[in-house]
This record gives sequence, structure tokens and C-alpha cells, in this order.
Amino acid sequence: MQKIRMASRVWMVALLAVWMVVSFGAPAAHAAKPLKIGFSMALTGGLAAAGKAALLAMQIWAEDVNKKGGLLGRKVELVYYDDQTKPANVPGIYAKMLDVDKVDFVVSGYGTNLIVPALPIVMERNMVFMTLFGLAANAKFKYPNYFQIMPSGPSPKTDWSRGFFEIAKKQSPKPRTIALLSADAEFARNAVAGARANAKKYGLKIVYDKTYPPGTPDFTPVVRAIKAANPDMVYIGSYPPGSVGITKAVREVGLNAKMFGGGMVGLQFTAIQMNLGPMLNNIVNYHFWVPEKTLNFPGVNAFLKKYQAKAPGAKLDPLGYYLPPFAYAYVQILGQAIEATKGFDQQKIADYIRKNTHSTVVGKVKFGKNGEWANSRALMVQFQGITKSGDINQFNKAGVMPVLYPDSVKSGKIQYPFK
Amino acid sequence: MFSFELFINALVAGLLLGGFYAAFSLGLSLSFGLLDVVNIAHPAFIIFGSYLTFYVNENFGVDPILAGLLFAVPFYFLGVAVYRIYYNVFEKTGAESLRGLVFFFGIFFLIEVLLIITFGVDYRLVRAPYIGKTFHIGSLGVAWRLFVPFLVGTALTIGLYQFLSKTFFGKAVMGVAQDSLAVRLMGADPIRIKTIAFGIGIATATLAGSLLIIIGPVEPAIGREYIGRVFAITVLGGLGSMSGVFLAALIIGVAESFTASFIGPSWALAVSFGILLICLAVRPAGLFGR
Repeated sequence: MQKIRMASRVWMVALLAVWMVVSFGAPAAHAAKPLKIGFSMALTGGLAAAGKAALLAMQIWAEDVNKKGGLLGRKVELVYYDDQTKPANVPGIYAKMLDVDKVDFVVSGYGTNLIVPALPIVMERNMVFMTLFGLAANAKFKYPNYFQIMPSGPSPKTDWSRGFFEIAKKQSPKPRTIALLSADAEFARNAVAGARANAKKYGLKIVYDKTYPPGTPDFTPVVRAIKAANPDMVYIGSYPPGSVGITKAVREVGLNAKMFGGGMVGLQFTAIQMNLGPMLNNIVNYHFWVPEKTLNFPGVNAFLKKYQAKAPGAKLDPLGYYLPPFAYAYVQILGQAIEATKGFDQQKIADYIRKNTHSTVVGKVKFGKNGEWANSRALMVQFQGITKSGDINQFNKAGVMPVLYPDSVKSGKIQYPFK
Repeated sequence: MFSFELFINALVAGLLLGGFYAAFSLGLSLSFGLLDVVNIAHPAFIIFGSYLTFYVNENFGVDPILAGLLFAVPFYFLGVAVYRIYYNVFEKTGAESLRGLVFFFGIFFLIEVLLIITFGVDYRLVRAPYIGKTFHIGSLGVAWRLFVPFLVGTALTIGLYQFLSKTFFGKAVMGVAQDSLAVRLMGADPIRIKTIAFGIGIATATLAGSLLIIIGPVEPAIGREYIGRVFAITVLGGLGSMSGVFLAALIIGVAESFTASFIGPSWALAVSFGILLICLAVRPAGLFGR
């Protein structure tokens, strides 16, 4: 009889334990429901090199956050689809993520052309929208909950190239004429439109102003035409194949200009830097992060160490200075805002992001009224002292790409004129 | 802005570019012009050749042109295999017109995806002693990076022309192009002839790929930008005419160079296709077409 009572007590305790697990464990499981952040990303197509690097950076951020227990107790889960660098794919992807995948937040894919198609959907749902490297993408929408991480500044079109002109005006002899060349595509046209406005503002005479179509294999006739116009400065807005072709053509044809560069996409990529080697010397070009002491923000080197450990296996840019720190930072700000507001209310989070300064791996970030950085930090760096091609170690140390502008992070002096 | 120096440099740059375009288009002229196989994947095979060139150049320091020649042999067998599949599945059943086109589109995307998986999506370039250097003759400056592809493109054209017009097998290929049934009645096997000819066409792609990566960086999807241009050159030259393709490539190269120098590079492609349209209106079979 005693044994039967004992056995029934054991059963009762066991049942009680099961009940406790079910009744108290269920809310715990509910709280652990992952926080889904959705986005499209260029994983194939023309922008895939940058898109894949951005994705790796975001995955590193998610790992970092999840190691610390997630955001407000919820593990972060990234939900993403390949937009194939095609703007037409973007609206469908965002509609699916919001209606089918039920993501909690959305952030943008990489680049102006892929941010703009997502904006109407995000605006319709009144969601906070962190975006990655859009140039004046919100200019027409004027969406108040839009925040863009590229440090191009409150007037993106003109701020982007301002440094190039600020540097030029301090030189002796001062440049008086300029040639403008841009790729026939959205970003490059915007960049050169800004340079055109700056040229007028700084009193420079435009002696050459043309565009070239994507897929142009040889730039020697173009460079010769620019040389014939005899400009003091040459501002280029180009994509990677054009940037390489133009740089090679300039070295082959020769150029009398005193300053050359500006908005050449691709010269920030390690594979291209390694190949062009000494051909890059003296080119003044935009960048966003370089390994200079003035840009050694808390957390950036730890992030790059993790990125550089994974990049070769993923066949990505081995150094990752250009985009990855910013791809980490734009989700870092979203995460910080969620934790600071202690909730998932889209409007409260947007208000928090708008009103506060954020400490990130790319430094202190404060957004202005239009969702761009309140103050521009578009860098102008100059390639200096590159002695050979094929050596990656030349590019991972200070002094090879000193910052010439802005003064707040300046780290070197210009070698002038261009030669 | 016009000067004799600019003019002569634009002319020479255009001719050099034309030589490269010829190398790019010869393989397509062989398959599309002579064999009636709409190999829309030809630019993808070229990019494949560029990546293989990159691989051996980067890892073993092999000269890009030598790499192109070395890979021509496996590419020939790859072309033979592709044609055998195409023939057995589509041509033999008379379904080559639309389904065959889809087949080559499929190969195009398959190659692209394979390249992305294997090499990633970063831009790739090669190193060679002649890249970035120029030689001068008076006021004329010639970039070695363009002169070498021109020489190779010219040699390839001469080689293919001699092969098709002077050798027994080349004449057989021309025979198949003219009347496949007649060739069969003469006791020859037109499918075997087409298989070998298609293989040769794909073999030229690897060399064109090595020339492409000498001129500029490549990424897996860059072949798409050349589809229109290579088909335009092939049609302008006259389907199946190697000398026609070479002349058409020179015309397009010079037209692009002059447009870029004196009007603006954004008009270059429009002028090229304008020339094609005018030529087709006046001479629908192309410059050397029959």
C-alpha cells in the first residue's frame, strides 16, 4: 500500500513538472520567436560583388547580436532574397517578405536602383527603413522614416564630389578648367550632375562633358578626346569595368590634367587595386573607409577581422573596406534603436533614430531631415606610394590611401599635380 | 577639337578594337553563319575562357594568350559535346528553331551560375608584361593591351579563312553550309562535319576570352553586354564569311572609336547599329554574304 502511495506521488510530481514546463515554457518559447529582418540583396548580376559582401557583414552583425542573446530576448533572423540586381524584382520580394514571411522589419538592398522600388511599399506600411548606399534615393519621396547609411551628406548629389573641388581650390596653380565623364547609368549620372553643379559653384570652366554606355571595351579614344580638350581637372563617374578601362587608358595615353579621379566605383575593390597597382598612384577618388588612424572607430577593426576571416571562403573582397563596415552599421543602428525603445513600434524606432546620434563601427552617425547623414563624410583619398601590382599587403596599412578630405578625418597631404 | 593627331589615333584605336571584335565574333559566325546553329551562348563560352585564363594567370603566371591557346583543345571537345546534345535532342527531331534557342539560353545561364559558384562575383583581371604599356610612332600612340588582341584576332581570321577555303575539311564545312543533303549524297556525314566545325567555333571562344580579359576586367554576367554587338558584326559581315566578319568588325571598331573621339562615347553603339541597319537595307545579305 505504501509503495502504491509512493508511486502515485511520484506520478503526481512528474505530472506537475510536465504541467509547469508546458504552461510556463510556452510563453518562454513565444518570447524566443525570432525577430525577422527582411531585405532584398544583389547576390547575382552587376552589383553582386558588393551585395554579397554586404550580406556577409549583416550576417556577422546578426551573429554578434545573437551571441549576446538577441534583441529584447529575441534571436535575430535575416530573411533575404536575391534581387539579381534587377529593380523590377524588388517590389515583389518586399511584398512577399511582409505578407508571407511576416518579417518584423525591412531594410534595403544595396544601391540606389534597388532602394527606390522598395520605398513605395515601405511607405505604404509606414515602416522604419534603413537603407544601404542610395544616392538621393529619397529626394522625391521625402519619406520621414527613411535613413541612409552612406555618408554622402544632406545634399547627396553635390556633397559626394565637394571634397574633390575643395582640395582643388587649395592647390597652386589653381585649376581653372574641368572635364566630366560619366557612365550612362543612374548613380554615375547623379554623381557627375553634382560635380557639374560644383564646377559652376567653384568657378571652373567645363571643357568636356560626355557620357559613355556600359560595355564600352576601350577608353583610349575617350581619353584622347579629353586630353585634346586640355582640362586642368578630370572628374569621372564610372562603374568598375569603366574605372579600370579609363585608368589603363589614362596611363597609356597620358594626361596633362593636374587632378584626376573623383567618383570612380571599383578603385575601392581589392582585386582591382591589386591588378592596377602603380597605375593608381596620384588618383584622387572617393572612398568611405580606409585603414587610417583618423578612421579607427570602436569596433571597426574587430568587425573587419571577422569579415576578413570569412571573405576568402565566400570568394569576396578580401579586405572589405568599402561597403561591409557600413552594411554592418545600418543594421547595427536598427538594433540599437530597438533596444533603446524597448519595443518593436516602427514609429518610435524611427523617431529614436532621427533624434539621436548613434555609435557605430563607422563612427558617430547622426541623420538629418531627409534621412541622409546630417554632415557629409564622403572621403577623398589619394593613392600614394604603390610600387607593384599583385601585392595585397600594400593596401591593408595606413599611408597608401591617405584621407585628403574632410579635414575632420584628414590623414595626409596631396601629391600634386597628377602624374 | 579636331586635329590630325586625334584623327589618326582614333583610326588606329578603332582598327585595333575591330581586330578584337573579330576574334570575338568568328566563332559565332562559324556556328550561326555556316552551321545554322543559333548559339546565343557564345559570349558565355568566351567569358568561361576569360575565367580559365584568369585562373592559370593568377595561380601559375601563365601568359593570357598562351592560356587561351592551351584551353582551345578542351574547349573544342566541350563544343563537340554540346553540339552532340543539341543535335540528338533538337536538330534531329526538327525542334531546333525555338527549343534549340532555349537550350543555348540555358547553357548561357548555366555557365554564368557555374562561374559565380566557382569564382565568385568579383571582377577578375590578368597581369601580363604588355598591359599598361604603349609604343609610339611619331604622334601615334599604340597600347600593347589593344595591339596584342588585334594581332591575335587577325591571325585567327587568316587561319580560319585559310582553313575553310583551302583544306578539304574546310570545303566540306562550306558544302554543309550550302547544301547538307548534297554532302550526304556524296557519301560524307554532315553531322560529323558540323560537330567538328562547331567544336572549332567554341575553341575560338577561349582565345577570345583571353583577349577580353587582357583588355578589361570581367565578371560572370559581362557576356550579356556583348550579345548584341557580336550578332551585329556577324550579320553585317555576311553570315558565314570570315573575311566579312573581319571587315565588319573593323568598321564597327572604327565607327565606335571616331564617335567616341569626335561626338561622344554614348553615341558609339547607336552609330554602330545605325551602320548595320543601313547596310541591311542596301545589302540584306551583309557585306560578304551570298
